[in-house]
Amino acid sequence: MSEIVSEGGMDADTFAQFTDQLKRYVRERLMPAEEQVLEDDAIPPDLLGEMRDMGLFGLTMPEEYGGSGMNVPQYIETIRVLSYALPAYRSITSINLGMVCSALKNAGTEEQKSEWLPRLAAGEIACFGLTEPGSGSDSAAMATTAKRDGGHYVLNGSKRYITNAPHAKLGLIMARTNPESMPKNAHVSAFLVDMETDGITVGKPDKKMGQRGSHIADIYFDDVRVPADALLGGEEGRGFATAMQSLDNGRLSIGAASCGYARRILDTALRYSGERKAFGETIGNFQLIQAMLADSQAELYAAECMLRDAAAKANKGKAIIEAASAKMFASEMCNRVADRCVQIHGGAGYLAEYEAERFYRDSRIYTIYEGTTQILQLVIAKNMLRDFASGAAA
Amino acid sequence: MKILVPVKRVIDYNVKPRVKADGSGVDLANVKMSMNPFDEIAVEEAIRLKEAGKADEIVAVSIGPAKAQETLRTALAMGADRAILIETDDDVEPLGVAKILKAIAEEEKPGIVMLGKQAIDDDSNQTGQMLAALMGRPQGTFANTVEVDGDSVTVKREVDGGLETVKLTMPAIVTTDLRLNEPRYASLPNIMKAKKKPLDTKAPSDYGVDIAPRLKTTNVSEPPVRQAGDKVEDVDALVAKLKSLGVA
Repeated sequence: MSEIVSEGGMDADTFAQFTDQLKRYVRERLMPAEEQVLEDDAIPPDLLGEMRDMGLFGLTMPEEYGGSGMNVPQYIETIRVLSYALPAYRSITSINLGMVCSALKNAGTEEQKSEWLPRLAAGEIACFGLTEPGSGSDSAAMATTAKRDGGHYVLNGSKRYITNAPHAKLGLIMARTNPESMPKNAHVSAFLVDMETDGITVGKPDKKMGQRGSHIADIYFDDVRVPADALLGGEEGRGFATAMQSLDNGRLSIGAASCGYARRILDTALRYSGERKAFGETIGNFQLIQAMLADSQAELYAAECMLRDAAAKANKGKAIIEAASAKMFASEMCNRVADRCVQIHGGAGYLAEYEAERFYRDSRIYTIYEGTTQILQLVIAKNMLRDFASGAAA
Repeated sequence: MKILVPVKRVIDYNVKPRVKADGSGVDLANVKMSMNPFDEIAVEEAIRLKEAGKADEIVAVSIGPAKAQETLRTALAMGADRAILIETDDDVEPLGVAKILKAIAEEEKPGIVMLGKQAIDDDSNQTGQMLAALMGRPQGTFANTVEVDGDSVTVKREVDGGLETVKLTMPAIVTTDLRLNEPRYASLPNIMKAKKKPLDTKAPSDYGVDIAPRLKTTNVSEPPVRQAGDKVEDVDALVAKLKSLGVA
């Protein structure tokens, strides 16, 4: 595969040294603690402290704000390496590194950046609130409101399925600052909300199919008064546009999670194929097992190449089609590989005692969040048609 | 008090070594290399002594090719203060290493030279002992615990059947065993800071010592493959088999 592009990021040697350490850290610390995380449905606090010390919450923040200043390809590669371990480890860092960091970098005022970026880089956890019980990407139906009241805004409403809400210190919350729905979602603004503010209640974490150890919950706002300077960028009506700006990176991050996890799944399938015996020999000797292994490898390799290429393109500017394609392909691939891993395990694959069963459940979310496969199909096709019509297609 | 920590760049402990076809050595082309694990333990111990206020500077030194810089950067990222690379592409035997280290120790005047007890590539387990002899200073090898108190260092040594405690007057040589500590991972912020720490490059000739090899490797071969055992049907067959092999 091609090299990781270092343009605009960390120097290549430093990055290589870090990924070396991270691979070891994943193998020697994060993976052995997986059983514990699954049992407690939580990352042990001392391990979380170690992850903070390792710098895993500061990958994407600029150096001058206490981060490491990785570019897109380096960030994505790091997520891929990290995702060889249980998904909960990536999930706890994901909102800091993705949505909230890029929103602050792209739209935050200097005061907002110097207040929050160093805290996020040091591992105070962030959440991002867009989805509501009655609305998702269709912001016209957004019901959470923020009303100006002197030097404050008063927030009312609720948010649903918010990743990391139970742990968050900072919430980047989308709320309606205009009762009328306006073109380009100009009725929506973004607020940097200290999650310890009076009037905020976080619901009980939702029970999920998989991804144990990571949590989503509802957030309720009941006359929550935030200072006016909590308005992201100090400007109303820019919230939705800001959120949409970092979609490419979010999709690549799920692509990376899919590739990293699929590699783990395939390694597990390979190991089992070499251990399990049937008809007097290891099942890896059977050609129908080999076919499943080979298909998995070819698809995973394709996804890894796509991911790296799309990340390099996103590093230079917009890469909507590439990022959406890489996410769609990698997440579907990960599910196929997880399915084959169960199949290779046979009856054992259906038992909770073996990892194959968990891989299968954990992978399922990847084709859903940060844009379902179906939404991504629309995104890819619409952009292709538009590019073609405007003569931009090569 | 200053601590000098020699570190060696060796084949990574996770890699399965392959012997070159001509039997001249282990094939290192395109093989992952990293810091000798025993040296990592030495670096960690030095950092812990510094964190405990028992030492004020840690100098890492490596003798090897230009790429050994990476190994020194790892030591710096873990917490060493500065590094010295003695650059050479020649194979330097433990005696040669010990001679160079003696010359550096004379310049740097460390209270402790903290080395791994052996490197996992050649498993010589000689450098620390040779260095102690050349310098005429006390040695505490196979350290299980290290305690610094005033001008002495107390080392509990792993010996057959238990631990032996020795008290050494500094300057002293300590070599680290596996159970001394669990080395930390270099964090990303520290890896970035390490870039700015000083790393001097020198040549063996700067120290005017003779490092010409004394030994000649005649052949390197893979360990013999273990033969598969036999399965027998029952106890009678087992007894018959043992008798036929002349062991019962």
